[in-house]
Amino acid sequence: MKFKKYFFIIFFIFILNLSFAEEKKTQIEITKNLRCLICQGQSVHDSDSEFAISIKNLVSEKLEDGNSEKEIYDYLKERYGDWILYDPEFSKNTYFLWILPLLLFVFGGAIIFKLFNIRKN
Amino acid sequence: MKIKFLPLFITFLFLILFMFFLKGLRNPNIYTPNLIQEKEIPYFTSQLFDSTKQIDSNEIFVGNNFYLLNIWSSWCAPCRYEHEFLIRLKKEKNLKIVGLNYKDNVKNAKNYLKELSNPYDILISDQSGLTAIEWGAYGVPETFLIYEKKILKKIVGPMTNDLMNEIKELINL
Repeated sequence: MKFKKYFFIIFFIFILNLSFAEEKKTQIEITKNLRCLICQGQSVHDSDSEFAISIKNLVSEKLEDGNSEKEIYDYLKERYGDWILYDPEFSKNTYFLWILPLLLFVFGGAIIFKLFNIRKN
Repeated sequence: MKIKFLPLFITFLFLILFMFFLKGLRNPNIYTPNLIQEKEIPYFTSQLFDSTKQIDSNEIFVGNNFYLLNIWSSWCAPCRYEHEFLIRLKKEKNLKIVGLNYKDNVKNAKNYLKELSNPYDILISDQSGLTAIEWGAYGVPETFLIYEKKILKKIVGPMTNDLMNEIKELINL
């Protein structure tokens, strides 16, 4: 009986640990994608500045309240603009960035195709 | 003569790329907040300074007064510099100055106000920094001019004589 009791206590502690770890992991993932606005070339996750500490607290708080990752990004974007996100979204300022690899691929393919055709002839 | 299409095309492509990257290079690579905005003020609840009473943003920004929200801290050196302008703005009749004490030690903040005198009509405290984020602020000092729950002007960094005069003009229109 005693064994069972201890087993359950330990079991529940482990379960709790796991759920907290999951939350921590998402928090780290989100803060790694946020730019620390007062630092240079650092994410919020890497920085220990006052601003970054506040943002980290905010992200954990929002996660506890059950907000999704996207909701948190939208919340911050509304206040600080696109600049706070490391992973830029598709917009009129970033469309070239997204389309460029595709363009290079198509043009490169066309060039190779043309060269092969010339060789054949 | 056969026109060499490929080299021409590649040169052209690189020229376009060059133009894009040149444009990108000229963009500032530090955070530049959007200063021109007419946004609704955010809703928040915060603690009153040196008390446990919670206050709601709807209780602070009432009526058709102009409000100046100033984010400050006793450990912030530029705040000392801008303090005299806040004291001068205090004399304006239709302007209420709301102070947001950012991540500060209560004792230090009190000493700071004792030393430089207190220009704030309402003083709220933000120990966690979350209220400042709600406003889209990223450092101290920052100042917002508010009228009818809309942000008319946002000042990042310390206030200057010119900015103070601009605010005076805006509220006395």
